[in-house]
Amino acid sequence: MSAAIEVRDLVKTYGSSRAVDGMSFDIEEGEVFALLGPNGAGKTTTIEILEGHRKRTSGEVSVLGFDPASGGRAMRDRFGIVLQSSGIDRELSVREVLELYRASYTRRRDVDELIELVGLDEKADDRVSTLSGGQQRRVDLALGLVGDPDLIFLDEPTTGFDPGARRRSWELIDNLTSLGRTIVLTTHYLDEAEHLADRVAVLNEGRIVAVGTPDDLRNAASTDTKITFRLPLVDSPAGDLLEPLVGRVVGRSREIEVVTPSPTADLAHLTSWAMARGVELEGLTVSRGGLEDAYLDLLAQDDGEAES
Amino acid sequence: MSGRISVVSTVSMLWRQTRAQNRAFWRVPVGAFFTLGLPMIMLVLFVALFGNDTIDTTYGSVKTAQFYAPGLAVFAAASATYTNIGMNLSMRRDEGILKRVRGTPLPPWMYLAGVVLSGVWIAFVSTVVMVGLGVLAYDVNIEAAKMPAAALAFVVGTICFALLGVALAAVARSAAAAPGIANSTILPLAFVSQVFVSLGESRDVPDWLELLGNVFPLKHFALSFGEAMSPFSEAPAIEWGHLGVMVIWAAIGALVAWRMFGWDPVVGAATRRVRRSSRAAAG
Repeated sequence: MSAAIEVRDLVKTYGSSRAVDGMSFDIEEGEVFALLGPNGAGKTTTIEILEGHRKRTSGEVSVLGFDPASGGRAMRDRFGIVLQSSGIDRELSVREVLELYRASYTRRRDVDELIELVGLDEKADDRVSTLSGGQQRRVDLALGLVGDPDLIFLDEPTTGFDPGARRRSWELIDNLTSLGRTIVLTTHYLDEAEHLADRVAVLNEGRIVAVGTPDDLRNAASTDTKITFRLPLVDSPAGDLLEPLVGRVVGRSREIEVVTPSPTADLAHLTSWAMARGVELEGLTVSRGGLEDAYLDLLAQDDGEAES
Repeated sequence: MSGRISVVSTVSMLWRQTRAQNRAFWRVPVGAFFTLGLPMIMLVLFVALFGNDTIDTTYGSVKTAQFYAPGLAVFAAASATYTNIGMNLSMRRDEGILKRVRGTPLPPWMYLAGVVLSGVWIAFVSTVVMVGLGVLAYDVNIEAAKMPAAALAFVVGTICFALLGVALAAVARSAAAAPGIANSTILPLAFVSQVFVSLGESRDVPDWLELLGNVFPLKHFALSFGEAMSPFSEAPAIEWGHLGVMVIWAAIGALVAWRMFGWDPVVGAATRRVRRSSRAAAG
C-alpha cells in the first residue's frame, strides 16, 4: 500500500492564533480516515488545506502526489469534495446540476446510476430548491462522486441529520469504501468515526492528540472499568461495602459507580459482601469505557498537559 | 491528463456553463421582471407622460420615442449585465456555490466566462424587446446600414458592463451589500448619461454633471448605441471614441475582478480581518 496523503509538520496561522499547530499523518490508499475533534480543533482548516481551498503557512503536504496549493485542474479532476453546508444551484433540477458538474471531469459516473445510488430517483427532475435539507445533502454527496474520484473529502457529512438519515448516509459511505476509494472525513460525532473510519485522528487545539484504529484509541486512553449498581437497603452502614474498594467511588444517593483499575478484586469484594448478607446488588453492570470515554479522556489529558 | 483541453471541449464547456446560467436566470421571475419588465414599463410610462410628439430639431423632425427607446434599451442592457451579474455572483458566493465550483476541475475563468456570456445574452434579449416595442408601438425607425454599428456598440458595451458586474461582486463582500452598491451607482449615473433624458446642447447642464457623465461608461454606451439608432447620423455611425472609453472601463473591471475576486463566502468582519492578515503572512 502507498500513501494517498502525506502531511508533515503542517501549520496554519491566522494572525497570532494557530489553527493548525504542527500536524503530521499519512493516509493510505483505500483507507477511510477520520479527523475527529470538538469545534475549533482545526478539522475543517486541515481538510480545506488538503482540498486546496486554503493555503498552509508551513509544512509539507502531498495529496495523490500533488501539492494541493498548486495542484490545479489535474488534481481536482481526481477529487470529490463534499463541503460542509455549501449551496447548490437552486433553480436547476437534480439531474441538470449533476450533468453540469459532471461535464468538467475526465472520468464521469452515470447520472441515473448516481441518482439511484443516493436514493433521489423520484426527485431527479425536481428543482433543488424544492428538496428538503436532507435531500439536498444527498445531492451534495452525488456531486462529490460525479467525477468518479480516487479521493473523497467529506466535511461533517451528517451534521444536522436525523438518526434515520444518518444511518442511510453511513450505508452510502460504506458502499464507497467497498469500491476501494480513499476517504477523508471530519466529524465531531464519535459513533460516526467509529462506524466509518479505519483510523481516527483525534484533534484538539490544532494538534493531533492520538491516531489509530478505534480500538487503539480505547487502549491509549485510560483502561479503567466501570462497575455500577444500586446500594441495597440493609441496616449495616455502607462503609463496610465501599471503603475496601480499590477503585474510585462516584455515587449519588443509592446509585453507585466504581471506576477501577482492578475490576476482578473489586467485583469479588462486592459480591461476597452481598452474598454474606443475602442481599441483591440490583442493576449490577460491569463495562469497559467506550470510545466516548476514551475520547473525553484523551482530550482531558491533552488539556491537562497544555495547562501544566 | 495534463490539464490541457482541446478547443472543442473548451467551446462545449463554455456553452454548457452559459446555458446553465441562463436557465437559472429565467427561472427566477423576479429577476427576469426587473431586468426585462422594468425598462419596458419605463418606456410605456415615458411615452404616456411626455407624449410621442414629433419634435423639430436643427437636424429635422423626429418622434421622441426614437430617443427614449435606445436610451432605455441601453439601460436594460446595463442592468442585465452589471446589476444582474454583480448581485447573482455575490449571492452564489454567499451560498457557497462558488466555493463548490472552485473545488472541481472546471477552470475558474470558464465559470466567469459563462456568467458574462449569459449576461450578454440576457442583455441581447432585453435590447431586442425594447427596440422591438419601440418599432411596433411607437414608430421608431431602424436603418439596416447602421445595424453593424449598433451591434458593435452593444457587444462592447455589454462586455464592459458584464466585467464591471464581476468587479462589483469582487468589491461587495456579501450578497446583502451588492444591490445597494449596484443601484447607488447605476441609477444616479443613468440620469447624467442621456439614458432617461436627452441632455441636448440646447439645455443648460451644469459642467460637473456633464463631466460625471463623460467619465463613466454608461453615457458612452448610450451615445454609441443611440448614434446607430439616430435618424440624423450617417451610416456606418460607429463612434470609436465612445467605444474606446468603454474598452478602458472593461479593462478596469477585468483588473479589479482579477485582483479582488474571492470564491469563498465571507462570514463577517472577523473573517475578513483573518483573510487580510493571512494574505499578509503569505506575502
